[in-house]
Amino acid sequence: MAELNSKVKELFEKDLIDIFIGYEEGTRNPRPYFAYSAQDADNLVFNDKCQGNLAVYLTRKDLVGGKRVGISASYFALKSISQLFDENQLKEDLLIVLGMKEDGSILEFKGLDEIRTYLSEAKAPSKQKDDELLKELSEMSQAERWQFWSDELSKCFKCYACRAACPMCYCTKCIIEVNRPQWIQPWISTQGNMEWQINRVMHMAGRCSDCGSCGAACPIGIPIHLLTHMMTKTVAANFGESNEQGNVLSTFKPDDKENFIL
Amino acid sequence: MERKYISQDSLKTWLSKLNDEGKHIYAPVAKGDKTDFKHIKSVGEISMEHIQTTQSAKAIAFPRTEKLFSYTKNKGDVSLQDYDSSVIPETVVFGLHPCDAAGFRPLSNIFNWGTPDTPFNERMKRTTLIALSCSQCDEACFCTSVNGSPGNTEGSDILLTKIKDGYLVEVVTDKGKELVSKYENLFDAAPEVNKEEFLANVPQKFGLEELQQRISNMFESEVWKQQSARCLGCGACAFVCPTCACFDIQEDNKGSKGSRLRCWDSCGFSLFTVHTSGHNPREVQSQRWRQRLLHKFSYMPERLSVRGCTGCGRCSRACPVDMNIAEHLSSISKLENVEK
Repeated sequence: MAELNSKVKELFEKDLIDIFIGYEEGTRNPRPYFAYSAQDADNLVFNDKCQGNLAVYLTRKDLVGGKRVGISASYFALKSISQLFDENQLKEDLLIVLGMKEDGSILEFKGLDEIRTYLSEAKAPSKQKDDELLKELSEMSQAERWQFWSDELSKCFKCYACRAACPMCYCTKCIIEVNRPQWIQPWISTQGNMEWQINRVMHMAGRCSDCGSCGAACPIGIPIHLLTHMMTKTVAANFGESNEQGNVLSTFKPDDKENFIL
Repeated sequence: MERKYISQDSLKTWLSKLNDEGKHIYAPVAKGDKTDFKHIKSVGEISMEHIQTTQSAKAIAFPRTEKLFSYTKNKGDVSLQDYDSSVIPETVVFGLHPCDAAGFRPLSNIFNWGTPDTPFNERMKRTTLIALSCSQCDEACFCTSVNGSPGNTEGSDILLTKIKDGYLVEVVTDKGKELVSKYENLFDAAPEVNKEEFLANVPQKFGLEELQQRISNMFESEVWKQQSARCLGCGACAFVCPTCACFDIQEDNKGSKGSRLRCWDSCGFSLFTVHTSGHNPREVQSQRWRQRLLHKFSYMPERLSVRGCTGCGRCSRACPVDMNIAEHLSSISKLENVEK
């Protein structure tokens, strides 16, 4: 951790950044923190209790607009950053990324290519609790699984914490808020809640980093991150991994499989 | 106020009998690591171990989605079906804490500001609150900082306090008396106990007077920007809050039939104040965060004579980025250079 603090201090002292996005100690777990000076850098922490995906702040114009930004990025945040570059949401010369390895050591990336190379070789951190629930779900019959998700999503009250916590949900106007025509019922009902989640997950196809921030953000504890997780796996298995040329929903190839279209 | 005693077993019998009468009983039910109010079928489902339910009990009187009226169009004619209060069941909310029971007063003042709100009032009329004092608290609790307490009777119809093997019963209102007198034989005389000894010790986090002196005079303060920097702009805090009452009106229209719905909304959403023209008077999150705190601690006390916060701490627990409200209020209460 001391390595992170001194590195960030150095970035400020050399006048390379205006703001650094990291974590500070919070009530129960660390929480997002923005350092604006070498002095602030002392407050930064990074450990296995850090939740959420800090890349979500990189598209917040009121926070980072026009500024030179540094960020401490977990494996998943790195994936989101790479994806945000693919979608032309970030400028390489305005961003310094410090990759945080699980053992607490820091990876200094010189540009996007190095991040991509690292990600192509690195292994995703394991998620034991999720794997257990996924196993349970995969052993259910389709009817049981439908019942599981109906019960879970009947509890959803559409606070949109899942959307707010997601680095990929940077639209200024979300489909749920479009009302001419109104595609999705905005009020709370089991059916409308499902429509919302299905839409959210669909929009993540080939873009999701599988960080699980949506599920972690849900105040009711609905494991909605498993939906995006399965989507990521299904899309990769059927259409391959997305790359800088685009993702499954933003590209078209004449030889794309169409056998799933009814 | 009448004081009685009920044993653990008699409490179960009492609730079962109320259930058998046909009353809808909402009580905390645990699932995984979350506990929430649920319409229970049997008393065995009730969880008494939790510190706080994830959501407040406000949905009893202010449902997540409420049908205000419906309509049918037939050629040129429109027939209206008004709000039907006859379908609202007699309801008992059991096991809510004093901070939740206290939350119904600010809600009631909002829904009766100007025009009395029929759905809210009709639901409240049929609802009896059997609250439970807190014997434990966590780091998010701060009722004692906003004039509440873990054994506060305000807002409850009946307040139970766990004493050894049973409960001290404080019958606060006539509604409460009705539920007790019907099953008088289940209750005993109250023992001579000091209730305070059985309550959680909720530390005071800030001085209310210091806070009130400052908060109404700091609309232009830089503090809002600093505090809200990490806020993601979701509605989790508002939706779990026992006093947040913002709503949106939506039309559920299918062909020539439809209904008008009132559904939960939040001042934290960026779209909450967008005008038809596209102009948004609360353009950035700091303005929305300011609105949230000022509404609760300045506008409501000034206009409705009640604070919009009972110190339940739910917003702090629900926030994905740890916007700890007590911590923020505490730092405001210590600010210097604010015109008082």
